[in-house]
Amino acid sequence: MLGFLKQPIVVTAEINLNLVALTAMGLVTRLWGLSYPRAVVFDEVYYGQFVSLYMKRIFFVDDSGPPFGHMLLALGGYLGGFDGNFLWNRIGAEYSTNVPVWSLRLLPALAGALCVPLAYQILVELQFSHCAALGAALLILLENSLITQSRFMLLESILIFFILLAVLSYLKFYNLQRQSSFSGSWWFWLLLTGVACSCAVGVKYMGLFTYMLLLAIAGLHFWHMIGDQSFSNVSLMCHFLARGLALIIIPVAMYLAFFYAHLALLYRSGPHDQIMTSAFQASLEGGLARITQGQPLEVAYGSQITLRNVLGKPMQCWLHSHTNTYPIRYENGRGSSHQQQVTCYPFKDVNNWWIVKDPGMQQLVVSNPPRPVRHGHVVQLVHGITTRYLNTHDVAAPLSPHSQEVSCYIDYNISMPAQNLWRVEIVNRESDTDVWKTILSEVRFVHLNTSAVLKASGFIGASLPEWGYRQLEVVGEKLSKGYHQSMVWNVEEHRYGKSQEQKEREVELHSPTQMDISKNLSFMAKFTELQWKILTLKNEDTEHKYSSSALDWVTMDTNIAYWLHPTSGAQIHLLGNVVTWASANVAALVYVCLSLWYLIRRRRKIYDIPEDSWQLWVSAGSISVGGWVVNYLPFFMMEKTLFLYHYLPALTFQILLIPIVLQHLSDHLCRSLLLKSMFSALVVAWFSSVYLVYHTFSPVTYGEPSLAAPQLRALRWRDSWNILIRKQ
Amino acid sequence: WDETHFGKMGSYYINRTFFFDVHPPLGKMLIGLAGYLSGYDGTFPFQKPGDRYEHHNYMGMRGFCAFLGSCLVPFAYLTVLELSKSLPAALLTAFILIFDTGCITLSQYILLDPILMFFLMGAVLSMVKCNSCADRPFSASWWFWLSLTGVNLAGATGVKFVGLFVVLLVGLNTIYDLWDLLGNLSLSLVMFGKHLLARVLCLILLPLALYTAVFAVHFTVLNKSGPGDGFFSSAFQSQLIGNNLHNVSVPEHLAYGSVVTMKNLRMAGGYLHSHWHLYPEGIGARQQQVTAYLHKDLNNMWIIKKHDSDAADLSDPSSPVEFVRHGDIIRLEHKETSRNLHSHQHEAPLTRKHFQVTGYGINGTGDSNDFWRIEVVGRKSGKLIKVLRSQVRLTHVATGCILGSSGKTLPKWGWEQVEVTCTPYLKETPNSLWNFEDHINPKLPNISLDVLKPSFAEILLESHMVMIRGNSGLKPKDNEVTSKPWHWPINYQGLRFSGVNETDYRVYLLGNPVIWWLNLITIGLYLLIAVSMAVALKRGVQLTSELKELSRVVLRGGGQIMLGWLLHYLPFFMMGRVLYFHHYFPAMLFSSMLTGKYW
Repeated sequence: MLGFLKQPIVVTAEINLNLVALTAMGLVTRLWGLSYPRAVVFDEVYYGQFVSLYMKRIFFVDDSGPPFGHMLLALGGYLGGFDGNFLWNRIGAEYSTNVPVWSLRLLPALAGALCVPLAYQILVELQFSHCAALGAALLILLENSLITQSRFMLLESILIFFILLAVLSYLKFYNLQRQSSFSGSWWFWLLLTGVACSCAVGVKYMGLFTYMLLLAIAGLHFWHMIGDQSFSNVSLMCHFLARGLALIIIPVAMYLAFFYAHLALLYRSGPHDQIMTSAFQASLEGGLARITQGQPLEVAYGSQITLRNVLGKPMQCWLHSHTNTYPIRYENGRGSSHQQQVTCYPFKDVNNWWIVKDPGMQQLVVSNPPRPVRHGHVVQLVHGITTRYLNTHDVAAPLSPHSQEVSCYIDYNISMPAQNLWRVEIVNRESDTDVWKTILSEVRFVHLNTSAVLKASGFIGASLPEWGYRQLEVVGEKLSKGYHQSMVWNVEEHRYGKSQEQKEREVELHSPTQMDISKNLSFMAKFTELQWKILTLKNEDTEHKYSSSALDWVTMDTNIAYWLHPTSGAQIHLLGNVVTWASANVAALVYVCLSLWYLIRRRRKIYDIPEDSWQLWVSAGSISVGGWVVNYLPFFMMEKTLFLYHYLPALTFQILLIPIVLQHLSDHLCRSLLLKSMFSALVVAWFSSVYLVYHTFSPVTYGEPSLAAPQLRALRWRDSWNILIRKQ
Repeated sequence: WDETHFGKMGSYYINRTFFFDVHPPLGKMLIGLAGYLSGYDGTFPFQKPGDRYEHHNYMGMRGFCAFLGSCLVPFAYLTVLELSKSLPAALLTAFILIFDTGCITLSQYILLDPILMFFLMGAVLSMVKCNSCADRPFSASWWFWLSLTGVNLAGATGVKFVGLFVVLLVGLNTIYDLWDLLGNLSLSLVMFGKHLLARVLCLILLPLALYTAVFAVHFTVLNKSGPGDGFFSSAFQSQLIGNNLHNVSVPEHLAYGSVVTMKNLRMAGGYLHSHWHLYPEGIGARQQQVTAYLHKDLNNMWIIKKHDSDAADLSDPSSPVEFVRHGDIIRLEHKETSRNLHSHQHEAPLTRKHFQVTGYGINGTGDSNDFWRIEVVGRKSGKLIKVLRSQVRLTHVATGCILGSSGKTLPKWGWEQVEVTCTPYLKETPNSLWNFEDHINPKLPNISLDVLKPSFAEILLESHMVMIRGNSGLKPKDNEVTSKPWHWPINYQGLRFSGVNETDYRVYLLGNPVIWWLNLITIGLYLLIAVSMAVALKRGVQLTSELKELSRVVLRGGGQIMLGWLLHYLPFFMMGRVLYFHHYFPAMLFSSMLTGKYW
């Protein structure tokens, strides 16, 4: 009776003690002196501005990844009472007193600390000894690069935490599978796998790699289940559905939820507005919404409108004209029509107003009831201030000679007739009788005589010379095959024209638009647009001083300087533990070679190791080597700027491999007792060298204490490392 | 349309002028050969699509391509017959290919695609044939088909790099084959070694040798200087007859007052170039543009001057020659415009984090931002600088940045030449290294430069590097009609081959919609059938022997074709270069074969 009570307590206490000790050590190494340095460190300058924007509820678009990671960082700021008032402009800038540095950095640090017990638990679940598990946890604990990365407001440690959590919960689930399917804890771990995966993907798109790996492993396990005759067809179906629910449907739903929260939190207009469509902008508080609120929805004959080019590159601009004409001859000697210039102008201006006119009628006001313009209708566009008609003809455009010039027609009484009829084509129409709507409709204007399409030249340097006031060129594109955003326009400001007289109309054009109804996009429409923008918006790939190529990472040929004390030599670098990195590489190599050897021998029916330890070897390898491969190899195909910290998730998996290989070697290759004890001695010696390296590099990991120049020089173990030494 | 490219390249072979293209040379060589045999004299200019051939004899080249294109039908027929052992299936496949309009269009003109597809189908056919000979290993027919596979592989890769996918397909098939043999315990290890060796010999060594031979022929045939010179390094150019570096003799060491051209060491790097045009408003300072230009031009000439003395005393013939030494501070004056190479802390036009490089000053007088320190890689200060052989770095004295070429193409205002910047990141890359190519100084004795001759391996490596660069550099231009990979299988949009609006007859590349949609449906259906069969087998459902045979055909033969389709289609999703509709055609062949089999 007593023994029955005693046993489970002792067992659980033992595991917990290990875990508690590891967690405590993790917390100490990650949280110690967290608010030092009180200055902006490396990419904090980047993520910090998003935290500020969250605090102020201002909308932004970040092309580096989905919003969940940013939201978690912002949560830290929210808990610390950050008001968002800090100018994130330069690395090394001192934080002002209103910035709660400690709580901003707390979440990444906690995630980093929890990776240590997670690593331990993963190895235990892979059915390795506690000794090996302890080794893995200690290696993670003493890895300088992981420590540095988790001590600041950066996303990698959170990402690694979720990745490890997903792996661990899948393993737990898989081990429970044999004993108790569909039990409470079975469901718990299965669901947690899905949730952790979606969180990982939500932090950074890199999480997708691990998600795919887990899906593949789950698929493989299920494939084995299909072959197992002890399952009935019905129970197989149930298993399949449960996995589909937890590993696919729940992650997708969670991912949508992140975006929902993101959009719900950020409802004010902000600096990234102009990337989005007018419809999206109008849904944000302030900004465009202030102007467009209450405009009539349907464009009618007689409507006064401004037309925005949908491309928005190199900058957003509106169709524009002014009284100046094209010069008779350009600098290079080509001639023009000498008619009134039509340009695309990047600022709001009264000259951006155009009136939609029915070619068959003279009036420029909206009749009562208004006659809406539909897809396929032919219209004339009258420039509001000069009352000239938008026109294009077979004259080469000023900057793009292969396209037609677009002008406002002036009758010089020479043999050049007005060609001012345009057909309205609504690109995103649902049916062919759709009405042209303000903001929502994306419209092409097809010239009736020449079938050229009105287009803003969207290339860099498309601005006209001095005579065109550096405004952007507008042309009639003859090769109008295919869809390109530069040929599509939407109505942004809109009102029904009331005054037939030119003078009155000018006054009317100058007056602000009236308010009427507001338009709101559904969440899914907003989500698809935002998601599309995040994926396609490409920052010009910039070179960075510390950028590196994927090949440099394995050997740690580069480092990244994160921070330098303004006066002393104290500095923080992203630098890994050299011994760990080297042994991780060796472990991967040994694993691959040994596996190939075993595989070929098994094919010839020679079994070197017992079947169950072979299974163990394969499953452990598929997680750790697989995790390393999927998180590393894709970077060779990426064209964006890469940094050393992109390697950290892959490194974490590789570190997990070291104890796996070590234990396998000691179990199966060291046959005699003497060999075994020698091997253990070697491992101990190797471990102390890991600690020694950790200790040596800890000044540049924590930024304390400050080192003198000769000490720093001594730390430069590789010539390619960039350690900053102050000149006297 | 693309006949302008490949026809022109055929002409180059006949005229033996060197050119550069992003594809390996075999296809164009065959076109050139066909033209040569049919009496085409290589004089037609091939300037723009729609030009008339008039009296030129082009039928040979077209006929050759069309012949190879029509070979696809029997190839596909035989392959399907071999895989499914059913005559109707094979006939259906053949009919599909005969009546597909896209295939017809594509093989009627002087293009690389019919040649590529010929080799590709040849490789698949011989692979399948070889598999069916597997029960009689090392027999004559086995050897024949195996080595034919290797030959076709070399051919496919030699025409276009897309051929690498079929190499992959054959490779995977071979590995699977070997794995099977390894598991066969009745086979001794020695026998297995023989199998392995035979495959290595026929599928790796033989294609490699042929492929290299193709390049060897390419370089021996093209021994005259031509339009492709500028893409290659100075050493390479010295091999070409008619190039100004061929058998040239220049002064060996660089001296002040010399007129030089500087070439960037990046693969396909250009010459340092400047011209009268200014940078447009809003892009740095409005000073004269400095670019890298791939072609030889008078505007590539620069004069080396001392930073503190003027031009006048250097041109004086009586003054002694003074050599430029490592570590000297110099000024580079552009010969045509007399402006100095200049840099300042304005951002460069495209690479925003670099500094802009301009031409500045009038008649050689500028300011202290015109001073550059010249350094040779891996040498100590005070050493002389050798023409052609020294790798030189130019450091801007005032800002400490290094002159480099970013490899990005400037927009129209810069004449689509390559951007030149001054990079503040002091990394050692070929982007920021230059060598001196031409060197004119009447006061110095000339020496011959035969020492530069590169070995064949170096030439091979270099031309591949240049091709890969060129391939990834094919970025879509504004307004060009390109298509996305997902457009292809559904026949979403064709490709206009020739005939602008004015002419009456046009050629438009478009597949036969019935066939293409059928193919697409088949792929879906195949996946469904294959998965259900695999599950059924895994569940251990008892099948009749007839069904078992069927499932073997479905899973093994169908799997091979399906894999071929995937390998020729999916990679395009990951490519950054310009993609055209015709890239889908190899994949389409596979899907047609699949269709043929299942209906």
